[in-house]
Amino acid sequence: MTDLGELYQQVILDHNRNPRNFRTVPGANRHAEGYNPLCGDRISLDVRVEDGVIQDVGFQGSGCAISKAAASLMTAAVHGKTTAEANELFRAFHAMLTGGPNAPGKLAAFAGVRAFPARVKCANLSWHALRAALEKIGEPVTTESPSD
Amino acid sequence: MLDTVSVRADFPILAREENGKRLVYLDNAATSQKPRKVLDAIQHYYHFHNANVHRGAYTLAVEATEAYEAGRTAVAGFVNAWAREAVVFTRGTTESINLVASSWGRTNVQPGDRVVVTAMDHHSNIVPWQILCQEKGATLRMVEITEDGRIDLSDFGRALESKPKIVAFPYVSNSLGTVNPVAQLTRLAHAAGAVAVVDGAQAAPHLRVDVQAIDCDFFAFSGHKMLAPMGSGALIAKPALLEAMPPYHGGGEMIERVWDDHATWNKIPHKFEGGTPNVEAAVGLGAAIAYLEQLGMDRVAEHESALARVAIERLTQIEGVTIYGPRDHRAGVVPFTYGDIHPHDLATILDRDGVCIRAGHHCTQPLMRRLGVAATARASFYIYNDVDDIDALVSALRKAGELFGVPA
Repeated sequence: MTDLGELYQQVILDHNRNPRNFRTVPGANRHAEGYNPLCGDRISLDVRVEDGVIQDVGFQGSGCAISKAAASLMTAAVHGKTTAEANELFRAFHAMLTGGPNAPGKLAAFAGVRAFPARVKCANLSWHALRAALEKIGEPVTTESPSD
Repeated sequence: MLDTVSVRADFPILAREENGKRLVYLDNAATSQKPRKVLDAIQHYYHFHNANVHRGAYTLAVEATEAYEAGRTAVAGFVNAWAREAVVFTRGTTESINLVASSWGRTNVQPGDRVVVTAMDHHSNIVPWQILCQEKGATLRMVEITEDGRIDLSDFGRALESKPKIVAFPYVSNSLGTVNPVAQLTRLAHAAGAVAVVDGAQAAPHLRVDVQAIDCDFFAFSGHKMLAPMGSGALIAKPALLEAMPPYHGGGEMIERVWDDHATWNKIPHKFEGGTPNVEAAVGLGAAIAYLEQLGMDRVAEHESALARVAIERLTQIEGVTIYGPRDHRAGVVPFTYGDIHPHDLATILDRDGVCIRAGHHCTQPLMRRLGVAATARASFYIYNDVDDIDALVSALRKAGELFGVPA
């Protein structure tokens, strides 16, 4: 169970069971849909950006523990950050999943996903949605997009 | 029950370990493993008989043609086809259904016509009809399912009132395990003036198929789900229908004579087999059929039903497990969910114990919407599975329950 424990760390299980910011955002001015066509995971992400700062962020949808916890922890991590800082976190998170150093703070809980290549897309889904929202890309993002 | 110890010994891959655990392969509805006899038959073909078929005048080419056509004879016998010419080799169920939609469908479906499918159909028996209907300005009607996961016969009857041209349905549901009354559905479709298309992908590997007894017009199946290689499969069709249908793919082999601006067609089934065929697939499929017939398809079906019964009984004892599909008339497909653990998490956790199950929508999104779930986990059995495999499944599920704190 050790390696499963690496994947399903307590913080991930906790955020899966009690996702933070699992709601719509009043006055949201950015929005994106994320979809993983292979497993059916869906995320709908609302962001309110003012003066380049993420003032509020929330998500809804359904998915596995990894995708739900990743979305929950992402919203906590980028809340109050500038969009530039959020993009930097996206890069750090993406780099961690593809073999790079751990991402800062609680995001490091997802380092264990590296050992489960089939689950990397689950962890990435919400972050792709965030980037699409910040870049105001109208099309829903999917985990099958070339940006993966 | 089958003697799984001797069956397992025929499958090299089952000797493999996963994370130090015995491989427990329970994703047979997706694809089956291959016995040594099939692998050897393919290798033997390439070692001793390989040449292009139906054209060479030399011995090797004659042998290759005989090997390919022997596969056709085996398939015809296996499903009790009307004739050898009723068997068109394809890449599998998906291509078989696309062939019918493209050839029979485009010729016979007119604007305003209806095509009927069911809510338990696989995407491969839905999307080709959607494409056809969109192209022709026809309407696709999806028949509802009952609470316990069967085709709703009263809704089926209502759908037939519109006098559809085509009625398509699965013999066995890949997502629910339901075994449908295909002969009855075919009779009803014929009475309404439609042709009946049976998706046999989950039936041919698991039970005795008799297309003449069903009396369907088209029957599609895949070889790779029944011990044969990927890319093997066939469409079985009433010869008179095949005679009247235009070709599917133009090219070599499917022609009789070619002039500058037109051509005439080869006899059936070759009219539908343009290009160099997948000879190794036909050879492998023939060997797979020989293997299954040696076991006996009635015993295969009985073995899998028995495993499904045991699996359902054991899984039901785990608090929080929900099983989908009917209680009886079901094949060795057991779909389930466990508390609020997402099926993908279950599949990852079970994999650590060497247990391979499927998680997701199983290419049946319309069905998943009706079941009110985004995804299910699915264990599906075949000839090499036994009660030990079910024990492994149950014990791995209990670990998942502990990890996720289910039931909470």
